[in-house]
Amino acid sequence: MGGAFLNKGNMPSSVDYADVQGLVRFGFAKMTEACYLLLRIKDPAAAREWLRSAPITTAEEKKPLPQTALQIAFSCDGLEKLQVPDGVMAGFSAEFRLGMAGEENRSRRLGDTGANSPERWQWGGSGNVPHAVIMLFAEPGWLEGWKQSIRGKSWNAAFDEIACLPTTDMGGVEPFGFIDGISQPEIDWAQTRKVSINGDQLQYGNVVCLGEFLLGYSNEYGRFTDRPLLDPQERGSEELLPAADQAGKKDLGLNGTFVVMRQLQQDVRRFWQFLDKASNSDRDARYKLAEAFVGRSYSDGGPLVPLSKAPIPGVGNSGNDAKRRQDIDRNQFTYDSDVDGTRCPYGAHIRRGNPRNADIPGETKGLISHLIHILGFGDKNVRDDLLASTRFHRVLRRGREYGTKLSPEGALQPAPSDDGQRGLHFVAVNANITRQFEFVQNAWMARTKFDGLTEESDPLLGNREAVPGCPFTNTFSLPQENGVRRRVMDVPQFIAVRGGAYFFLPSLRAVRYLCKIGS
Amino acid sequence: MMPQSNVMVTAPLKMEREAELRSLLASMNEVPGKVNPANLLVPFEKFEQLHFARFVILQDQTLEDIHTAYGLPRVDYPLALAFIADVDGTADDFRNDLARRAADGLQRIFSCCQGFTPGEDPARWMKDHENPAAAMYKNWRGRTVRQIHEENALRLALEAHLQSNPASIAGKTQHQIHQALREFVHVEALAGRLTLTDPPPTPFGWWLQNLIHFIGVPLLLLLLTPFLILYLPVFIYQLRSREKTDMEIAPPVGLSYEQKLARLEDYDVTNQFTVMGAIKPGLFRLWTMSFLLWVLDWTARHIYIRGHLARISTIHAARWVFLNDKKRMVFASNYDGSLDSYMDDFINKVGWGLNLVFSNGVSYPTTNWLVLDGSKDEQKYKYVLRRHQLPTEVWYKAYPGLSAFDLKRNTLIRQGIEQSDMSDHELRQWVALF
Repeated sequence: MGGAFLNKGNMPSSVDYADVQGLVRFGFAKMTEACYLLLRIKDPAAAREWLRSAPITTAEEKKPLPQTALQIAFSCDGLEKLQVPDGVMAGFSAEFRLGMAGEENRSRRLGDTGANSPERWQWGGSGNVPHAVIMLFAEPGWLEGWKQSIRGKSWNAAFDEIACLPTTDMGGVEPFGFIDGISQPEIDWAQTRKVSINGDQLQYGNVVCLGEFLLGYSNEYGRFTDRPLLDPQERGSEELLPAADQAGKKDLGLNGTFVVMRQLQQDVRRFWQFLDKASNSDRDARYKLAEAFVGRSYSDGGPLVPLSKAPIPGVGNSGNDAKRRQDIDRNQFTYDSDVDGTRCPYGAHIRRGNPRNADIPGETKGLISHLIHILGFGDKNVRDDLLASTRFHRVLRRGREYGTKLSPEGALQPAPSDDGQRGLHFVAVNANITRQFEFVQNAWMARTKFDGLTEESDPLLGNREAVPGCPFTNTFSLPQENGVRRRVMDVPQFIAVRGGAYFFLPSLRAVRYLCKIGS
Repeated sequence: MMPQSNVMVTAPLKMEREAELRSLLASMNEVPGKVNPANLLVPFEKFEQLHFARFVILQDQTLEDIHTAYGLPRVDYPLALAFIADVDGTADDFRNDLARRAADGLQRIFSCCQGFTPGEDPARWMKDHENPAAAMYKNWRGRTVRQIHEENALRLALEAHLQSNPASIAGKTQHQIHQALREFVHVEALAGRLTLTDPPPTPFGWWLQNLIHFIGVPLLLLLLTPFLILYLPVFIYQLRSREKTDMEIAPPVGLSYEQKLARLEDYDVTNQFTVMGAIKPGLFRLWTMSFLLWVLDWTARHIYIRGHLARISTIHAARWVFLNDKKRMVFASNYDGSLDSYMDDFINKVGWGLNLVFSNGVSYPTTNWLVLDGSKDEQKYKYVLRRHQLPTEVWYKAYPGLSAFDLKRNTLIRQGIEQSDMSDHELRQWVALF
């Protein structure tokens, strides 16, 4: 046991894309229409019947590109409804089994209190957790037909549709108007990345081990993330492949992963109207403050800090030349050039979401310097070693916007009586929900003490709920060169959580397993 | 400097009164995990020398491990109550003060323990049942509760002043800002709105004892070095042979225990953490652990006294305590953030240090050469910790809402205010603290 089963000697097997749902590899960008069907399973046998012929899109590269796609994921309740045995369910992580809204402690950590409380959710709260989500993607004009065609004979007997969450193509920007989805981790599909188990990684990199996003492969700790492993005599396990890390076990998780869904309603009018007030209705100052909140340029999505001279592994490595150039312009940077936070505030949304640090801060050239840092004596600045290492806390974002688009200028106008809702269906893919999504949401987004700050949460996502002993939770600090920081006060809540759940995105083999059991 | 002390009282329960004790402890909370600081049994907030306190029932969940891993007979230790406190001043003063001002509450709580006769002096009884720590860490040696409150009030006043008088700093140099804020504090202090009490003089006896410890431990180590070097090959042989055979026991905890622990957490920006377990059998592990804790305690008393323990800056206080003839150990700490971020910090920043000490405990993930691997097996390590964790029935912190970094910033702000002149570099760093 212990470290003995690591990839020492035996080469990792290449990924069978035909077994992986496409969402892990693709954003289906060309398919600009999408909706999320939230389902409850009425009749497990009928559900299995439907599942047997479900047109699930895989991660294989197809030419020509398909015009439609379907993905399916199950909540813990859903898997139980499909009669996955208790012993198998026990192999899933506690957070998946308890659910996003299943415990008050989890709600406290995720900031799902006050206006964000699960009691107020439209879906995902107690008694209202979907059994499954079907994500449908289609090229313009195809979604309605695709939605009808996937239903098939057994659909009505199998499922109750709780909701069909629509989406809107806002042309690559999120509802506040900023370019969205700019930075994504580069998944090491080829599994060539080597992580040292006992050593520190001294540079920030954007290439992340496959095991952080897909179960059954080595993760950033050089280990396999826990998932249900079955005995070969267990019913349905003949559909599954052997586990790479435990002899004699079948791997239900292999090529599957977890999907975190949160419906985030964005009050775009409140956002721009607040910024307008805070900047005395000066147009340039308003955009500048918005950019400080976000951490990126409004016009081109570039960072507020200078690009690094040296390339960053995993930035600007894929696509055609224009794509590479664009990725470098937007992502070849760290905050090493801005330790004072005067260019990009410490609390800016993207600095919280991805602090772009290495395992150990500062210059650690040579053994002695490294040793001094390890013992905690190498820091030059008071904030030098406050943050956790980024590479253990990455998520892949696959969300889509919803509602009617509103321009920043239009948002300054009073709301008409029939003003619709708008926001983001946040969809994150990760292999370890607690260490990845929950950590980022808790320690980096919701926490008022992030990176030595106090009295402020994420300017976009924060719920501004009171913290006992703290006079405020609704400020935003802008450090200034050669002076005292500027502090924006009374920042209201701009984003409210309207629903959410944790789902298991099974491999195609795991789907076949689900079709076999119980029947 | 004010000497500080720590108290840990342990005593086995009277089995028939366990339920009564549990409901007494529960009555001290507003909800589980959130203490009522003015509760009638022990009104913690009245004790201005008290930083942290907890009552925890030591109910080891892993008693079977010693049998599973080593085939030794399981020992069913009686449940015990532990009362833990971190205080300014001497332990005697605190115990006496506690016995005086929370007499009835202590009588009721300690009556549920073996060996306590109702009516007897709780201070004396606590002293008799004291369990000294093998190692003790405090985030900032000598910083009193009073100082923490005064320095926080100072920061808040300065922040409010800066916010409501933006003209007073607009266009000013850092030097001018510093002078203006010093002036502001001066005026506020004269008007009695701010107080910055000078640290009390260090008692000579304590100073001398501290000095002797500071010099004595390295001196002793130096004297021991030849023997340690001679012993090293044997040590390595003993260590490696054990590391190859010691068993890991690391299943995830059941959902109900997970929920029982989780519901006590994340009310404040700081959390409590209590774990216990058995030490691996035999003298080798016990001596290794005792030696390492002895060294750790020295570093925590003399080196890591200003805001961080190696790379970890989120621990307010921590202690390692042997129990039951050094067969078992309790580790108790107060840390900032959620448990998951605490464990990640541990693994990624001081994994080697955890391995040094905790790998001598039964069930720990396999280490190599005492410092390698072990905690780096992330999930197993987290499961092991959770499995050994105990629900802390009552937990008090004197300064809710303040993280260890907040305390450090406040202290640095105060130091700047009290300095009439600083270099440009110092001024720059100081102004950036706001």
